[in-house]
Amino acid sequence: MNDMRLTERAVDTNQLKITARDVQVFYGDNHAIKDVTVDIQDKTVTAFIGPSGCGKSTFLRCLNRMNDTIDICRVEGKILLDDEDIYDKRVDPVQLRAKVGMVFQKPNPFPKSIYDNVAYGPKIHGLARSKTELDEIVETSLRRAALWDEVKDRLTAPGTGLSGGQQQRLCIARAVATSPEVLLMDEPCSALDPIATAQVEELIDDLRSRFSVVIVTHSMQQAARVSQKTAFFHLGNLVEFDDTTKIFTNPEDPRTESYITGRIG
Amino acid sequence: MSDATANSTPATPSASSLFKQDDRVKRRNAAEKRFKAYGLTAIGVGVTMLIILVSSVLSQGLSSFRQTFVTLPITVTQAEFEAAEASMLKTGKYKKLIQRGLEQRLATAELGDVVSIKDAMGLLSGQAPADLRMAALANQTWPLRQEFRFLANGRVDGYFKGRVTMEIAERDSRISPEQLELSQQLADAGIMETRFNRGFLTRTDGSPTRPEAAGLGVAFLGSLYMMMVVLALALPIGVATSIYLEELAPKNRWTDLIEVNISNLAAVPSIVFGILGLAIFINFAGLPQSAPLVGGLVLTLMTLPTIIIATRASLKSVPPSIRDAALGLGASKMQTVFHHVLPLAAPGILTGTIIGLAQALGETAPLLLIGMVALVQNYPSAPPAGLEDPATALPVQVYIWTTRSDPAFVERASGAIIVLLAFLLIMNIAAILLRRRFERRW
Ligand SMILES: Nc1ncnc2c1ncn2[C@@H]1O[C@H](COP(=O)(O)OP(=O)(O)OP(=O)(O)O)[C@@H](O)[C@H]1O
Ligand SMILES: [Mg+2]
Repeated sequence: MNDMRLTERAVDTNQLKITARDVQVFYGDNHAIKDVTVDIQDKTVTAFIGPSGCGKSTFLRCLNRMNDTIDICRVEGKILLDDEDIYDKRVDPVQLRAKVGMVFQKPNPFPKSIYDNVAYGPKIHGLARSKTELDEIVETSLRRAALWDEVKDRLTAPGTGLSGGQQQRLCIARAVATSPEVLLMDEPCSALDPIATAQVEELIDDLRSRFSVVIVTHSMQQAARVSQKTAFFHLGNLVEFDDTTKIFTNPEDPRTESYITGRIG
Repeated sequence: MSDATANSTPATPSASSLFKQDDRVKRRNAAEKRFKAYGLTAIGVGVTMLIILVSSVLSQGLSSFRQTFVTLPITVTQAEFEAAEASMLKTGKYKKLIQRGLEQRLATAELGDVVSIKDAMGLLSGQAPADLRMAALANQTWPLRQEFRFLANGRVDGYFKGRVTMEIAERDSRISPEQLELSQQLADAGIMETRFNRGFLTRTDGSPTRPEAAGLGVAFLGSLYMMMVVLALALPIGVATSIYLEELAPKNRWTDLIEVNISNLAAVPSIVFGILGLAIFINFAGLPQSAPLVGGLVLTLMTLPTIIIATRASLKSVPPSIRDAALGLGASKMQTVFHHVLPLAAPGILTGTIIGLAQALGETAPLLLIGMVALVQNYPSAPPAGLEDPATALPVQVYIWTTRSDPAFVERASGAIIVLLAFLLIMNIAAILLRRRFERRW
């Protein structure tokens, strides 16, 4: 049954995964996201770009309701995941977050062992029936995050003892381990060296075959390399959302153009 | 003109040597040195006070762990035992038996003719017959034949500890200089000696006229029971409250109000909790007076705010990114708290709990109000039933002893303080060890 669904998905690549309609986000009186309407396709990498403070993280956090944890934050509008409103009263955010995983802007490993960091998600969601299965999940997740070779000999060492970039990859491994349907990544490569960045980009490309990935990035090159769709945010507005090639070669909005050229040139 | 512009733009650094401190640096260094000096002075004063306190307590109290004993050969036949138990004045009969042993011992020491047996009996504690009776009651095989170590009278004990002198004995109705000389003779003959006194830790409190027989047993058990009650109630309630307020409760006016109230409760004088306990637990709920259960409940009320404040502070200090990480993985709030937040907050919670317990351990005033100040001559039984038996507590025992007129109680009060401090020290060490085990960095 699972397989059937997979093949079904593979055929229909343009199927919408997340549909956001007129989303507004307020932090108290601060109107941080204004009227954002965006469609995120399944098995696609969507990049959010824009200047610092424009609301990329805020919008990303709406997609798995992490904003619920901020008391002053208020979200309006509609966000549908597979045609179900995630802000519906019947939705348990805990269940939603199992489907929509997240890698945060700052690496935040648990102060536990590397193994426990990765194994935690599968454990609480009951994804492994045995210790060997769990070991397998941990290994594949760490491999996909390009961290396995560096940590395979010290899985019991604390995750907080890793370097910043390693911690970030650990967090990626941790998010991947729960096999989410959508993976939200907030600047996952900001602390990584070029080699690790390339590995993570490879991972993102690989993940695309099964999940849809939303990535926030400040690197235009990265957005251009890994994403199929790009959304440009400016001062809380979604200025332009289109195919990545179009955004980077022929943007419609002058703001997009000046941002991209300003950054690149 | 050109000079002025040159002065106002310090962008070009003047050629100064790194080996020479400039004025600003000098001033800052001086301020730092001054501050260090203040700190050292404060610490010095504190440490001096502590040393004075501890040394005065130790010098006055250590002697209470030693006591003067008289060792006598005692023989009790079953017939004598039954006769004694059948008589009205039981201790009188046992006193006779002790006198027989004393005569015997004096004879072997060739002191029999020198001293009056009445004077010699006066050297023994009034507690001696009762002690012998306890031994006889517990005895199985007759006749009971044993070397017995009886407590010496408090005055005699004071003589060997240097508290009682000949001049004092002159004016004292309960001891005479001749008796002191006699006790010196007995000591020389090896019949009387000052040795470690386990009874100080295990005996019940004695009557005000028998300081030598007073011990901390009941107070120690009472304090222990109360600590058990406080720990069993205050820790779970306090931690649960803090978790609810910190992690689950909406932040609104009501929770603000509760927070303010908890902070205020921490500052309420402890005697108020005593009055509350008297009204609620004893008068309303009908729990027995003087019981460690009631004491524990009152101290729980008193300790809760401390534990809650400490626990909330340590929950707050857990970085929010850890919570985000767990929630982002799809952990529920409870899972987040119990798997990630609580382990990180554990050291702080432990510290708060130990501070609360230490406070509760040293608390006297509320216990006086709920009647834990009585002279309790029976040990409370084992918990949980024993929680309702009358008992005292260590600080209350200190208080009781300091109010008694016999100077021998000064030594015992100081001794009780030493035990109390040792109790505290053990608790703190336990806390430090536990904290070491829990402590993790992130
Ligand atoms: N927890 C919060 N409480 C209040 N305001 C917030 C909070 N988080 C973000 N904001 C505000 O929302 C706006 C958007 O912030 P956001 O973090 O989404 O920016 P961003 O695009 O991710 O920036 P960056 O690229 O620097 O990460 C900012 O004006 C910020 O001040
Ligand atoms: Mg951001």
